[in-house]
Amino acid sequence: MRSRRGRRRSRYYLWLLLATLILIARTPVAADMARRWLPLVKDGIHDPKSPALRLLQQPGEALSRLPADVAGSQVNWTAALEQGRINPRTNILPETKIRVLDTDILLNLRGGTPIVRFPHRQHTVWLDCGNCHEQLFKSKAGANKFSMQLILQGEQCGVCHGAVAFPLTQCGRCHNTARDKPLPAAAVRGS
Amino acid sequence: MNASWREVAACAALAASVMVLSGGVREARAEYGDVVMNNYSDGAGMRPVVFPHWFHRVRFRCKACHTDLGIKFKAGGNEINMLKIIDGQYCGACHNGSVAWSVENCDLCHSAKPGTPTQLHESTINLLGGPGTSAAVTPAASPMTAKPATGGRK
Repeated sequence: MRSRRGRRRSRYYLWLLLATLILIARTPVAADMARRWLPLVKDGIHDPKSPALRLLQQPGEALSRLPADVAGSQVNWTAALEQGRINPRTNILPETKIRVLDTDILLNLRGGTPIVRFPHRQHTVWLDCGNCHEQLFKSKAGANKFSMQLILQGEQCGVCHGAVAFPLTQCGRCHNTARDKPLPAAAVRGS
Repeated sequence: MNASWREVAACAALAASVMVLSGGVREARAEYGDVVMNNYSDGAGMRPVVFPHWFHRVRFRCKACHTDLGIKFKAGGNEINMLKIIDGQYCGACHNGSVAWSVENCDLCHSAKPGTPTQLHESTINLLGGPGTSAAVTPAASPMTAKPATGGRK
Protein backbone atom coordinates (compact mmCIF):
# COMPACT_ATOMS: atom_id res chain seq x y z
CA MET A 1 0.00 0.00 0.00
CA ARG A 2 1.31 3.41 -0.98
CA SER A 3 1.91 6.09 1.62
CA ARG A 4 -0.14 9.27 1.77
CA ARG A 5 2.94 11.26 0.73
CA GLY A 6 3.47 9.01 -2.31
CA ARG A 7 -0.08 9.55 -3.47
CA ARG A 8 0.26 13.29 -3.00
CA ARG A 9 3.46 13.23 -5.03
CA SER A 10 1.85 11.25 -7.85
CA ARG A 11 -1.01 13.75 -7.93
CA TYR A 12 1.53 16.55 -8.06
CA TYR A 13 3.27 14.95 -11.03
CA LEU A 14 -0.03 14.42 -12.80
CA TRP A 15 -0.97 18.09 -12.47
CA LEU A 16 2.52 19.12 -13.53
CA LEU A 17 2.20 16.96 -16.65
CA LEU A 18 -1.23 18.43 -17.39
CA ALA A 19 0.03 22.02 -17.02
CA THR A 20 3.04 21.26 -19.25
CA LEU A 21 0.82 19.73 -21.93
CA ILE A 22 -1.46 22.77 -21.94
CA LEU A 23 1.52 25.12 -22.08
CA ILE A 24 3.08 23.21 -24.99
CA ALA A 25 -0.20 23.12 -26.88
CA ARG A 26 -0.57 26.89 -26.60
CA THR A 27 2.80 27.75 -28.13
CA PRO A 28 2.91 28.79 -31.80
CA VAL A 29 5.51 26.09 -32.49
CA ALA A 30 3.07 23.41 -31.36
CA ALA A 31 0.31 25.04 -33.40
CA ASP A 32 2.60 24.86 -36.41
CA MET A 33 3.53 21.25 -35.72
CA ALA A 34 -0.14 20.44 -35.29
CA ARG A 35 -0.82 21.08 -38.95
CA ARG A 36 -1.89 17.87 -40.61
CA TRP A 37 -2.86 17.23 -44.18
CA LEU A 38 -4.93 14.26 -45.12
CA PRO A 39 -3.16 11.94 -47.55
CA LEU A 40 -4.77 12.02 -50.99
CA VAL A 41 -6.20 8.55 -50.47
CA LYS A 42 -8.26 9.84 -47.54
CA ASP A 43 -9.16 13.36 -48.71
CA GLY A 44 -12.65 12.38 -49.76
CA ILE A 45 -12.39 13.33 -53.42
CA HIS A 46 -9.64 11.13 -54.83
CA ASP A 47 -10.57 7.58 -55.79
CA PRO A 48 -8.53 5.32 -53.47
CA LYS A 49 -8.33 2.87 -56.40
CA SER A 50 -6.82 5.44 -58.77
CA PRO A 51 -3.31 4.55 -59.94
CA ALA A 52 -2.49 8.28 -59.70
CA LEU A 53 -2.28 8.14 -55.91
CA ARG A 54 1.09 6.40 -56.13
CA LEU A 55 2.49 9.23 -58.25
CA LEU A 56 0.87 12.50 -57.20
CA GLN A 57 2.59 14.65 -54.59
CA GLN A 58 1.09 14.45 -51.11
CA PRO A 59 -0.05 17.87 -49.83
CA GLY A 60 1.79 17.54 -46.53
CA GLU A 61 5.11 17.16 -48.31
CA ALA A 62 4.76 20.51 -50.05
CA LEU A 63 2.68 22.52 -47.59
CA SER A 64 4.42 21.67 -44.32
CA ARG A 65 7.38 23.77 -45.45
CA LEU A 66 5.27 26.91 -45.99
CA PRO A 67 4.20 29.54 -43.40
CA ALA A 68 1.28 28.38 -41.27
CA ASP A 69 -2.26 29.64 -41.31
CA VAL A 70 -5.16 28.75 -39.05
CA ALA A 71 -7.76 28.13 -41.73
CA GLY A 72 -8.33 27.00 -45.28
CA SER A 73 -5.37 25.08 -46.65
CA GLN A 74 -3.41 25.97 -43.43
CA VAL A 75 -0.88 27.89 -45.49
CA ASN A 76 -0.45 31.66 -45.35
CA TRP A 77 0.10 32.10 -49.07
CA THR A 78 0.72 35.84 -48.86
CA ALA A 79 3.47 35.29 -46.29
CA ALA A 80 4.91 32.45 -48.39
CA LEU A 81 5.24 34.83 -51.32
CA GLU A 82 6.51 37.79 -49.28
CA GLN A 83 9.12 35.68 -47.52
CA GLY A 84 10.32 34.29 -50.83
CA ARG A 85 9.46 30.73 -49.82
CA ILE A 86 7.71 30.33 -53.15
CA ASN A 87 8.24 32.22 -56.38
CA PRO A 88 5.30 31.33 -58.59
CA ARG A 89 5.36 32.45 -62.22
CA THR A 90 3.41 35.61 -62.99
CA ASN A 91 2.55 34.90 -66.61
CA ILE A 92 2.47 32.27 -69.31
CA LEU A 93 2.31 34.53 -72.35
CA PRO A 94 5.56 36.50 -72.68
CA GLU A 95 3.77 39.73 -73.71
CA THR A 96 1.63 39.89 -70.54
CA LYS A 97 2.21 43.10 -68.60
CA ILE A 98 2.66 42.51 -64.87
CA ARG A 99 0.76 45.11 -62.90
CA VAL A 100 0.95 45.63 -59.12
CA LEU A 101 -0.95 48.39 -57.28
CA ASP A 102 -0.16 49.54 -53.73
CA THR A 103 -3.28 51.42 -52.66
CA ASP A 104 -5.45 50.51 -49.69
CA ILE A 105 -9.22 51.04 -49.91
CA LEU A 106 -11.42 51.54 -46.84
CA LEU A 107 -14.77 49.79 -47.15
CA ASN A 108 -17.84 49.24 -44.98
CA LEU A 109 -17.55 52.84 -43.72
CA ARG A 110 -21.17 53.02 -42.60
CA GLY A 111 -21.64 49.46 -41.33
CA GLY A 112 -21.71 48.13 -37.79
CA THR A 113 -18.74 45.77 -38.04
CA PRO A 114 -15.17 47.09 -38.12
CA ILE A 115 -14.04 48.87 -41.29
CA VAL A 116 -12.50 46.77 -44.06
CA ARG A 117 -9.06 47.90 -45.16
CA PHE A 118 -8.57 46.26 -48.53
CA PRO A 119 -4.90 46.09 -49.53
CA HIS A 120 -4.40 46.17 -53.30
CA ARG A 121 -0.77 45.10 -53.07
CA GLN A 122 -1.33 41.66 -51.52
CA HIS A 123 -4.05 41.05 -54.10
CA THR A 124 -2.21 42.29 -57.19
CA VAL A 125 0.94 40.26 -56.55
CA TRP A 126 -1.31 37.26 -57.17
CA LEU A 127 -4.00 38.68 -59.45
CA ASP A 128 -4.21 40.94 -62.47
CA CYS A 129 -6.37 44.11 -62.38
CA GLY A 130 -8.64 42.52 -64.99
CA ASN A 131 -9.44 39.55 -62.76
CA CYS A 132 -11.62 41.81 -60.56
CA HIS A 133 -12.17 45.01 -62.59
CA GLU A 134 -14.56 46.00 -64.11
CA GLN A 135 -16.95 43.03 -64.11
CA LEU A 136 -16.66 42.04 -60.45
CA PHE A 137 -15.89 45.47 -58.95
CA LYS A 138 -15.95 48.93 -60.47
CA SER A 139 -12.63 50.75 -60.16
CA LYS A 140 -14.27 53.97 -58.93
CA ALA A 141 -14.05 54.21 -55.12
CA GLY A 142 -17.53 54.18 -53.61
CA ALA A 143 -19.20 52.79 -56.72
CA ASN A 144 -19.55 49.22 -55.42
CA LYS A 145 -22.31 47.96 -53.18
CA PHE A 146 -20.90 45.18 -51.04
CA SER A 147 -23.04 42.55 -49.40
CA MET A 148 -22.04 39.71 -47.06
CA GLN A 149 -25.06 37.85 -48.39
CA LEU A 150 -23.60 37.88 -51.90
CA ILE A 151 -20.09 37.18 -50.60
CA LEU A 152 -21.34 34.09 -48.74
CA GLN A 153 -22.96 32.94 -51.96
CA GLY A 154 -19.60 33.03 -53.70
CA GLU A 155 -19.87 36.40 -55.39
CA GLN A 156 -17.78 39.59 -54.95
CA CYS A 157 -14.93 38.81 -52.46
CA GLY A 158 -16.48 35.34 -52.09
CA VAL A 159 -15.29 34.34 -55.54
CA CYS A 160 -11.91 33.65 -53.88
CA HIS A 161 -12.47 34.05 -50.10
CA GLY A 162 -14.26 30.93 -49.00
CA ALA A 163 -12.96 29.15 -52.09
CA VAL A 164 -9.17 29.32 -52.43
CA ALA A 165 -8.18 32.34 -50.32
CA PHE A 166 -8.70 32.42 -46.53
CA PRO A 167 -12.30 31.46 -45.69
CA LEU A 168 -15.21 33.65 -44.64
CA THR A 169 -14.99 32.49 -41.03
CA GLN A 170 -11.92 34.75 -40.66
CA CYS A 171 -14.02 37.92 -40.14
CA GLY A 172 -11.30 40.03 -38.51
CA ARG A 173 -8.83 39.64 -41.33
CA CYS A 174 -10.99 41.77 -43.62
CA HIS A 175 -12.89 43.72 -40.93
CA ASN A 176 -9.55 44.81 -39.55
CA THR A 177 -9.79 48.54 -38.79
CA ALA A 178 -11.42 49.89 -35.62
CA ARG A 179 -14.14 52.47 -36.17
CA ASP A 180 -13.36 54.59 -33.10
CA LYS A 181 -9.75 55.32 -34.05
CA PRO A 182 -8.42 57.81 -36.64
CA LEU A 183 -8.57 56.21 -40.07
CA PRO A 184 -5.30 55.64 -41.95
CA ALA A 185 -4.68 58.76 -44.02
CA ALA A 186 -2.98 56.95 -46.88
CA ALA A 187 -6.01 54.82 -47.67
CA VAL A 188 -8.68 55.72 -50.21
CA ARG A 189 -12.26 55.86 -48.93
CA GLY A 190 -14.60 53.52 -50.71
CA SER A 191 -18.22 52.78 -49.88
CA MET B 1 -10.04 6.47 -0.48
CA ASN B 2 -10.48 10.18 -0.72
CA ALA B 3 -7.08 10.56 -2.34
CA SER B 4 -7.63 7.77 -4.86
CA TRP B 5 -10.78 9.34 -6.35
CA ARG B 6 -8.82 12.53 -6.69
CA GLU B 7 -6.21 10.61 -8.62
CA VAL B 8 -8.93 9.19 -10.82
CA ALA B 9 -10.30 12.70 -11.34
CA ALA B 10 -6.81 13.95 -12.20
CA CYS B 11 -6.38 11.13 -14.71
CA ALA B 12 -9.79 11.87 -16.19
CA ALA B 13 -8.90 15.56 -16.48
CA LEU B 14 -5.64 14.60 -18.11
CA ALA B 15 -7.35 12.25 -20.53
CA ALA B 16 -9.98 14.90 -21.32
CA SER B 17 -7.32 17.52 -21.93
CA VAL B 18 -5.41 15.16 -24.22
CA MET B 19 -8.63 14.51 -26.11
CA VAL B 20 -9.36 18.22 -26.35
CA LEU B 21 -5.80 18.89 -27.46
CA SER B 22 -5.81 16.18 -30.09
CA GLY B 23 -9.23 17.41 -31.22
CA GLY B 24 -7.71 20.87 -31.26
CA VAL B 25 -5.11 19.71 -33.76
CA ARG B 26 -6.23 21.60 -36.80
CA GLU B 27 -7.24 19.21 -39.47
CA ALA B 28 -5.60 20.90 -42.38
CA ARG B 29 -7.55 20.75 -45.57
CA ALA B 30 -5.06 20.75 -48.39
CA GLU B 31 -7.98 19.98 -50.62
CA TYR B 32 -9.53 23.32 -49.63
CA GLY B 33 -9.84 24.95 -53.02
CA ASP B 34 -9.41 21.76 -55.03
CA VAL B 35 -11.70 21.80 -58.05
CA VAL B 36 -13.51 18.67 -59.14
CA MET B 37 -14.48 18.81 -62.82
CA ASN B 38 -17.14 16.43 -63.98
CA ASN B 39 -18.86 18.12 -66.89
CA TYR B 40 -18.20 15.20 -69.20
CA SER B 41 -16.02 12.66 -67.32
CA ASP B 42 -18.70 10.40 -65.84
CA GLY B 43 -20.49 10.34 -69.18
CA ALA B 44 -17.29 9.33 -70.91
CA GLY B 45 -16.56 6.53 -68.42
CA MET B 46 -13.60 8.38 -66.94
CA ARG B 47 -12.97 9.36 -63.35
CA PRO B 48 -13.74 13.08 -62.80
CA VAL B 49 -10.76 15.46 -62.75
CA VAL B 50 -9.25 16.75 -59.52
CA PHE B 51 -7.47 20.08 -60.00
CA PRO B 52 -5.30 20.72 -56.91
CA HIS B 53 -5.12 24.50 -56.49
CA TRP B 54 -2.46 24.18 -53.76
CA PHE B 55 -0.05 22.38 -56.08
CA HIS B 56 -0.47 24.88 -58.88
CA ARG B 57 -0.29 28.06 -56.79
CA VAL B 58 3.11 27.07 -55.47
CA ARG B 59 4.26 27.37 -59.10
CA PHE B 60 1.91 29.92 -60.68
CA ARG B 61 0.20 33.07 -59.45
CA CYS B 62 -3.56 33.23 -59.97
CA LYS B 63 -3.10 35.66 -62.86
CA ALA B 64 -0.99 33.25 -64.90
CA CYS B 65 -3.92 30.94 -65.61
CA HIS B 66 -6.89 33.18 -64.81
CA THR B 67 -5.61 35.90 -67.14
CA ASP B 68 -3.25 34.45 -69.74
CA LEU B 69 -5.24 31.24 -70.21
CA GLY B 70 -8.63 32.92 -69.76
CA ILE B 71 -9.79 30.43 -67.14
CA LYS B 72 -12.89 31.80 -65.39
CA PHE B 73 -13.23 31.69 -61.60
CA LYS B 74 -16.00 29.15 -61.71
CA ALA B 75 -15.83 25.43 -61.14
CA GLY B 76 -17.17 23.76 -64.25
CA GLY B 77 -17.72 27.10 -65.95
CA ASN B 78 -15.01 26.81 -68.57
CA GLU B 79 -16.31 23.94 -70.69
CA ILE B 80 -12.87 22.45 -70.86
CA ASN B 81 -12.67 19.27 -72.92
CA MET B 82 -9.85 17.06 -74.19
CA LEU B 83 -10.01 18.49 -77.69
CA LYS B 84 -9.24 21.98 -76.38
CA ILE B 85 -6.51 20.63 -74.10
CA ILE B 86 -4.79 18.77 -76.95
CA ASP B 87 -5.11 22.01 -78.94
CA GLY B 88 -3.01 23.76 -76.25
CA GLN B 89 -5.84 25.62 -74.56
CA TYR B 90 -6.57 25.67 -70.79
CA CYS B 91 -4.64 22.82 -69.07
CA GLY B 92 -3.03 22.06 -72.44
CA ALA B 93 -0.96 25.26 -72.29
CA CYS B 94 1.35 23.44 -69.85
CA HIS B 95 0.21 19.81 -69.88
CA ASN B 96 1.83 19.18 -73.23
CA GLY B 97 4.78 17.00 -72.28
CA SER B 98 7.16 19.94 -72.20
CA VAL B 99 6.15 22.04 -69.15
CA ALA B 100 4.12 19.35 -67.38
CA TRP B 101 3.03 15.81 -68.11
CA SER B 102 1.15 15.32 -71.35
CA VAL B 103 -2.40 14.16 -71.97
CA GLU B 104 -1.42 10.50 -72.31
CA ASN B 105 -1.30 10.33 -68.50
CA CYS B 106 -5.10 10.29 -68.25
CA ASP B 107 -5.21 8.88 -64.73
CA LEU B 108 -3.09 11.59 -63.15
CA CYS B 109 -5.81 14.22 -63.66
CA HIS B 110 -8.82 11.92 -63.89
CA SER B 111 -8.37 10.68 -60.34
CA ALA B 112 -11.59 11.55 -58.43
CA LYS B 113 -14.11 9.06 -57.09
CA PRO B 114 -16.56 8.26 -59.90
CA GLY B 115 -19.75 10.28 -59.55
CA THR B 116 -18.19 13.19 -57.65
CA PRO B 117 -20.08 16.31 -58.79
CA THR B 118 -18.33 19.36 -60.22
CA GLN B 119 -17.42 21.54 -57.26
CA LEU B 120 -14.99 23.78 -55.52
CA HIS B 121 -14.15 21.45 -52.67
CA GLU B 122 -14.53 22.77 -49.12
CA SER B 123 -15.73 26.15 -50.39
CA THR B 124 -18.21 28.10 -48.27
CA ILE B 125 -20.93 27.79 -50.89
CA ASN B 126 -20.27 24.07 -51.11
CA LEU B 127 -20.56 23.72 -47.34
CA LEU B 128 -23.73 25.83 -47.18
CA GLY B 129 -25.58 24.33 -50.09
CA GLY B 130 -23.91 21.00 -50.84
CA PRO B 131 -21.69 20.02 -53.76
CA GLY B 132 -22.65 21.39 -57.10
CA THR B 133 -24.53 24.42 -55.78
CA SER B 134 -21.90 26.80 -57.08
CA ALA B 135 -23.71 26.41 -60.41
CA ALA B 136 -26.45 28.56 -58.83
CA VAL B 137 -24.23 31.60 -59.31
CA THR B 138 -25.69 33.39 -62.29
CA PRO B 139 -23.40 33.73 -65.30
CA ALA B 140 -23.91 37.51 -65.23
CA ALA B 141 -22.43 37.66 -61.73
CA SER B 142 -19.44 35.49 -62.41
CA PRO B 143 -16.33 37.35 -63.41
CA MET B 144 -15.01 37.30 -66.91
CA THR B 145 -11.32 36.86 -66.57
CA ALA B 146 -9.98 37.33 -70.05
CA LYS B 147 -8.26 40.65 -70.53
CA PRO B 148 -10.78 43.03 -72.11
CA ALA B 149 -8.65 44.53 -74.88
CA THR B 150 -5.86 42.10 -75.71
CA GLY B 151 -7.75 38.93 -74.78
CA GLY B 152 -6.27 35.73 -73.48
CA ARG B 153 -5.65 32.57 -75.40
CA LYS B 154 -9.12 31.41 -76.23
